[in-house]
Amino acid sequence: MSSGSPPSSASEAALAQVFREETGRLVAGLVRFLGDFDLAEELVQEAVLSAIVTWPVTGIPARPAAWLTTTSRRKAIDRIRREARYRDKLVLLAASEAPAATEPDDRLRLIFTCCHPALAREAQLALTLRAVCGLTTAEIARAFLAGEAAMAQRIVRAKRKIVESGIPYRVPTREELGGRLAEVLAVLYLLFNEGYLASGGPAPDRRDLAVDAEWLASLLVRLLPGEPEAIGLLALMRLHLARAGSRFDADGRLILLRDQDRSTWDRRAIAAAGRLIVEAGELGRPGPYQIQAAIAALHSEAPSWEEIDWEEIVALYSLLLAHQPSPVVRLNRAIALRHLEGPGPALAEVDAVAGELESYHLLHATRAELLRDLGRPSEARAEDGAALGLTRNPAERELLRQRLLD
Amino acid sequence: MKYILLFCGNEDRWDTMPEAERNAMYGRIGEWWGKHSASGKIFGGEELQPAATATTVRHQGEKTVVTDGPFIEAKETVGGFALVDVADLDEAIELARTWPAKGMVEIRPLVAESDHM
Repeated sequence: MSSGSPPSSASEAALAQVFREETGRLVAGLVRFLGDFDLAEELVQEAVLSAIVTWPVTGIPARPAAWLTTTSRRKAIDRIRREARYRDKLVLLAASEAPAATEPDDRLRLIFTCCHPALAREAQLALTLRAVCGLTTAEIARAFLAGEAAMAQRIVRAKRKIVESGIPYRVPTREELGGRLAEVLAVLYLLFNEGYLASGGPAPDRRDLAVDAEWLASLLVRLLPGEPEAIGLLALMRLHLARAGSRFDADGRLILLRDQDRSTWDRRAIAAAGRLIVEAGELGRPGPYQIQAAIAALHSEAPSWEEIDWEEIVALYSLLLAHQPSPVVRLNRAIALRHLEGPGPALAEVDAVAGELESYHLLHATRAELLRDLGRPSEARAEDGAALGLTRNPAERELLRQRLLD
Repeated sequence: MKYILLFCGNEDRWDTMPEAERNAMYGRIGEWWGKHSASGKIFGGEELQPAATATTVRHQGEKTVVTDGPFIEAKETVGGFALVDVADLDEAIELARTWPAKGMVEIRPLVAESDHM
C-alpha cells in the first residue's frame, strides 16, 4: 500500500468522489462473480468502511480505486472460504484479474436492480445511494434525517427482498425499458429534490444529495445514451445547480427567484444545459423532464426577472399538464399565469385544485400572494398561517414568518 | 424460481357481468392458461369458489373455533391461483401483467427446499 497525505477536510470531497466513482463499479463486478447482490454489496461496503478507518492513518493510497478493488476481493475470498455454499465461486474469483478499464460497465444493471419497481420507493433511494454511490448507512440516515438503525434495517430488508423474491440483475429488455427507465428517473428526481430543498439548511454535516443525484443522472446518460428523458432530467438538475448559490442570503434565508442575484448564476453551465435540451429534443420523444428542463431554461436564460417569457412558460406548463395531469403541475401553471393574465385568473386556477392540495404548503403560500395582489390582506394572512403550519423546511418557515410580521 | 400468482378481484364484478362477456373472459383465461401450461411455466393452479363458501378454522390455544366466511372480510378476494416456474421476478410480473381477468395479482415466491438448508 503506498502512502500519501492524510485526508484534510478539503480532501474529504475528493474521497467522496472516489467512493462514488468506484463503489458501483465494484459492486457490479462482484455481483457478476458471486451471483449474490446482498453479499457483493456488503463486501464493498466493508471495503469502503476500512478505507474510511485506514486512510486517515496511512494516507490516501496513490491508486485508491485499486486499493478498494483489492480489499473488496480479498474480503470476498475470505467470506467464500468460510461459507461452504459459496465454495464453487472461489476458483472463479481467485483466477479472475482485477476488472480492467475496458470491461463493460455493469453499473447500469446495478441501477436498474436498485430501482426495481418491486422495491418500495424509500428502499430504492437508500439502496441506490449505498450500492451505486457508495454512501455509508450512517451518511444516508443523516441525509434523510432518519435514525441509523432504522436505515440499516430498511437496507437489509430491501436486499433480502431482492434475493428472496428473485429480482433479476439485468438491464431491462427494449419492451420493458420505457416503464423501468421512468422508475429510475423518478428515484433520481426525488433524490435531487431531497438534497436541493435541504441544502443550505441548518445541517452542514448533511451530504448534498442533489450533487449525488446529478452524478447518477450523468452516469445514466453515459451508460444509456439516446434516452431523451434521461438527458432532460440531467439538464433540469444542472439548471437548478447552476443557480443554487443565489437561493439563500448570508444568514441562510431563502431568496425568491424574483430577487435572486442573476450575476452569480453559472452562465456556462446554463448554456451547456440548454444544449442538452436541444440534443434531447432532436431525439423526437418529448416528455415531462424535457418540458420541465425547458421551463427551467427559460427562467435561467432570461437576463432579468422582467424579461422572462411568461407566455412561453405558460404554454410549456400546458404541455406538461397534457403529459402529466397532476394538481401540482396545475398549481405551477397558475403561478406562471399570474404574470401573464394577472392575479384574478391565476387565483381561479389555484382554487380549482385547492381541494386536492389542501395539505400542500405551497398551495396556501401561493393563495396568500395572489390574495395580497388582489387587495385582500386578511385572507392572505390566514393563508400564510396555514402554509406555515404545513412545512418543516426551516428556510421556508423563516420566509413565511417574515411575511406574517410585515 | 417458483412463485404463486394469487388472482384477486371484486367478486361482484363477475356476478354483474353479462353472460356473453363472462364467457368471452373465460375463453381468454383458458387461452392464457393453455399457452403458459404448454410452455411449462404453469405447473399448477385452480379457480376458487366465491368467498361466501369459505369456512375459517381459528386455533385459540388448545381450542379451535369454526366460523363462516374468509378470515379477512374484504371487497377484493382471492379467486384463483397459479403455480409458476420462471426465470425471475420480472418474468412472473410479465405473466401477471398479461392476466386476462385484470383486477390484482399478488406474486409470492415459494420457499425452496434449499432455503431450509
